[in-house]
Amino acid sequence: MDFINNTVERTTVQLQKSDFESDQMVKWCAGCGAHAILAAVERVFPRLGYKKENFCLVSGIGCSSRFPYYVNTYGIHGIHGRAMPIATGVKVANPHLSVWVATGDGDSLAIGGNHFIHTIRRNVDINVLLFNNEIYGLTKGQYSPTTPMNKVTKSSPHGTIEHPFNIGELVMGAQGTFFARIPDNDLTQMTEAMFEAAKHDGTSIIEMLQNCIIFADKAHFGIISKENRDENMCIIKDGQPILFGADKQKGLRLNGTNLEVVELGKDGITIDDILVHDRYDPNPGIHIMLAKLGPPHFPRVFGVIRSAMFPTYDDLVEEKIRLGIEESPIKKMDHLFKSGETWEIK
Amino acid sequence: MTKMNRPVEERESVVVKFVGDSGDGMQFSGNLFSESAAFAGNDLATFPDFPSEIRAPQNTIAGVSGFQVHVGSAKIYTTGDLCDVIVAMNPASLKANLKWAKVGATLIVDSDAFDDKTIDKAGYTSNPLEDKSLTKYNLLKAPITLLTIESLADLGVDRKIASRSKNMFALGMLFFIFNRPLKPSFKFFDAKFKKDPNLARINKVVLEAGYNYADTVEAIESVIHVSAAKLEPGFYRNITGNVATAWGLLAAAEKSKRGLFLGSYPITPATEILMELTKHKSLGAKVFQAEDEIAGICSAIGASYAGKMACTTTSGPGLSLKSEAIGLAVITELPLVIVNVQRGGPSTGLPTKSEQSDLYQALFGRNGECPVIVIAASTSDNCFHYAYMAAKLSMEHMTPCILLTDGYLGFGSSLFKNPRLANLPPINPPVAKARDKNYKPYKRDPETLAREWAIPGTDGLRHRIGGLEKENITGVVTTDPLNHQLMVNLRAEKVARVANYIPEQEVEGPTKGELLIVSWGGTYGAIHSAIQEMTRAGKKISHTHFNYINPLPKNTGKILKSFKKVLVCELNSGQFVNYLRMQFPMPNIHQFNKVQGLPFMINELTEKFNQLLEEK
Ligand SMILES: Cc1ncc(C[n+]2csc(CCOP(=O)(O)OP(=O)(O)O)c2C)c(N)n1
Ligand code: SF4
Ligand SMILES: [Mg+2]
Repeated sequence: MDFINNTVERTTVQLQKSDFESDQMVKWCAGCGAHAILAAVERVFPRLGYKKENFCLVSGIGCSSRFPYYVNTYGIHGIHGRAMPIATGVKVANPHLSVWVATGDGDSLAIGGNHFIHTIRRNVDINVLLFNNEIYGLTKGQYSPTTPMNKVTKSSPHGTIEHPFNIGELVMGAQGTFFARIPDNDLTQMTEAMFEAAKHDGTSIIEMLQNCIIFADKAHFGIISKENRDENMCIIKDGQPILFGADKQKGLRLNGTNLEVVELGKDGITIDDILVHDRYDPNPGIHIMLAKLGPPHFPRVFGVIRSAMFPTYDDLVEEKIRLGIEESPIKKMDHLFKSGETWEIK
Repeated sequence: MTKMNRPVEERESVVVKFVGDSGDGMQFSGNLFSESAAFAGNDLATFPDFPSEIRAPQNTIAGVSGFQVHVGSAKIYTTGDLCDVIVAMNPASLKANLKWAKVGATLIVDSDAFDDKTIDKAGYTSNPLEDKSLTKYNLLKAPITLLTIESLADLGVDRKIASRSKNMFALGMLFFIFNRPLKPSFKFFDAKFKKDPNLARINKVVLEAGYNYADTVEAIESVIHVSAAKLEPGFYRNITGNVATAWGLLAAAEKSKRGLFLGSYPITPATEILMELTKHKSLGAKVFQAEDEIAGICSAIGASYAGKMACTTTSGPGLSLKSEAIGLAVITELPLVIVNVQRGGPSTGLPTKSEQSDLYQALFGRNGECPVIVIAASTSDNCFHYAYMAAKLSMEHMTPCILLTDGYLGFGSSLFKNPRLANLPPINPPVAKARDKNYKPYKRDPETLAREWAIPGTDGLRHRIGGLEKENITGVVTTDPLNHQLMVNLRAEKVARVANYIPEQEVEGPTKGELLIVSWGGTYGAIHSAIQEMTRAGKKISHTHFNYINPLPKNTGKILKSFKKVLVCELNSGQFVNYLRMQFPMPNIHQFNKVQGLPFMINELTEKFNQLLEEK
């Protein structure tokens, strides 16, 4: 297993899935995509090598935000939209914790949109599982900031008239350093992305295409279902040419400043023409283009799209404090009381 | 002109106000004057009075900036209603402040600043220095700008740059009038302008020129002397309420060994607390300037969960934004200090003016049954003590505490006796022990009802908390009706029991009688001074001033019942009085209110007190 490069205290004890199972009854609907995400987390956490007491889960409000109750770690179930600042507080208070956020598309992009972009901009070292079911589940089916235009929901009986966010584009527009997109029906992809997110120093956003079987069933069907995934799902890997299709005969080529779909062997296209993915590229240009792609003319891109190295907010906080302690003669309150303009009255 | 030997006039206290354009350096001269008074052993209180616009048009009333200081040989409780001396650097500042001058006050004005244009801009129809409208005052017209420029001619300082030091010339004149030595200010210039010795030199030369000039002015017939005050021995400093608040929080963090975390968003008049705390990285203070007030408090809640002494600082509009999150801290039973430096409301209201109108919001402004501890500071320097106590009570009782101060306390300053950390009360939060087999998230201390603080990272204490109602003891999510009732009661009782840990309420003056004046928070000085005046005039009147608001001290009812009439004075429409009436429904509780963004004036208070004493 890869070495995870951050400051969370590690353990030599081999942990099990059972170390993270909580005694709470999981109350998501049968068939909800959230169950699979929980299974992935229970698979990933014991393998990260951290002490089990060093995990802290934070969430907002929504079906997805019930997550912390279902994992046996330290956890705080917050208020709607505010998981990101709560998590920021936990991480800055104790940077030796592995902090994970569970949030919904409404929680993080509507009511919590402001916190979402600012947390990403600061690059606080937390891992965010963004359950994108393109709907407000808990409040029973109103449209969300990711619901596609024209979609009929409980609060848009005549179809929505709003342009949805593309989460990857938003993340990178906010100077995000890590973005991955994964489907809820592929445990391998989920666990891989979670490992990478944990490894990454900075705000890691994983957009999880999650199915809400009750209020937005099959919202992602056109892309991630068995019958559509070959054509519409393109799973990318760092350092490899970006190929897709049933027999991996199609690929993405950079033509000028645009991406285009090409076919190997057609019009003299060879593997050398295909764009090779570099998720570590500090320049987000190509990453944004990849995040934006989607049907009908392109496949949707999955996997870790961006993972760039930038200093994290919490590391910088510690660094400034270290410098402050080094440079200032005021090491405790009694020094502060004596500093500045004071005079004695006898 | 010759130097004269002048008689010395002894005064118990003097109010001086420096006024001018926002760019005239009035805050700087005011602060230096205060420091000189402090060095001379006077007690003092100061208040800066600046426009809400950063650079309002020059020479207009809107652009007037002021700094008021009250110095005395006895204890000083307010910055003073009316001024003995006003230093006015232009017509607009004179016009805006003349109403604060006592009859016979000394007015020192820069006559060079009075030309047709500036007189007109100030809204005067004729030159007040010439039209005899100021005969009620002791008017000292001095060509301050010109004399400043001349004093620097030898140093080859450009006229424009030179004229910027005119505030120091005026200060020099005041130093002469108050018989103050120049040395301490010289030392101050050397320290402040270490990197630019020339600037230090300019300031010294001009200050001395002003001093020498005043010596030649015949209209200055006597010099004023304010004797040293009898203060407790010790080391003192001059401190603003906002800095004192920040220090109180820092002290509590060190004492409790929990480390300070602040999550905050800038807002007048609270921002200075954020700015002060962020300076003290060497004390380990972690300060997070959030994207808004909600993120500020939520980050603090996260930090509190992670074991820090967490706080958030704001003013009224920000407190509104924090309401929902305060509820989260209440239901998760986490410690959290919320400082609200009150200003005039509603909405943006009067950002730079002071009011006590957020009391209801602090007590009741949340959804659900949501009690918190509420404390109010009453002087700039005791913001330290009450911030410390807010943190102590919040941590020891595992519940949020709102500390109310206000713009006057926050921006104003008073003398502060340097404490020693060792002498401050201990702070012992109920931190859960690692691997405690019996740990349960909502198991409670039988005395305080506080739950234990189990800090992430600790072995054997993994648990989840959150905004959904929890079963008592176990912390399991439940909607059980009786459990909810129990938890509502427990959270309320936990706050109520804080009354067992705060001092009893004290009465100044007779403990029973005709009239009791009740006040709370930032109005202590004005009300105390008014009562002193009444007592000196032989009136029987008592005073009780509240700092602990929720819960109230246990003897509150007993005190109120010992007087025929109770008058509650506050700078709102009657919030504390109604809060008292809720708990002590008595017909004899009267109220006196003012909501003008201004403090109480002593004479309006004594008038009201007399009226109540006379009514039968
Ligand atoms: C302040 C506030 N406003 C509104 C709500 C109601 N509310 C709860 S969850 C939710 C939307 C949840 O949608 P999402 O974040 O996508 O989560 P999901 O349930 O789909 O997982 C809303 C509007 C609330 N709890 N608090
Ligand atoms: S309503 Fe939708 S999102 Fe919520 S638990 Fe049920 S299926 Fe899942
Ligand atoms: Mg959703």
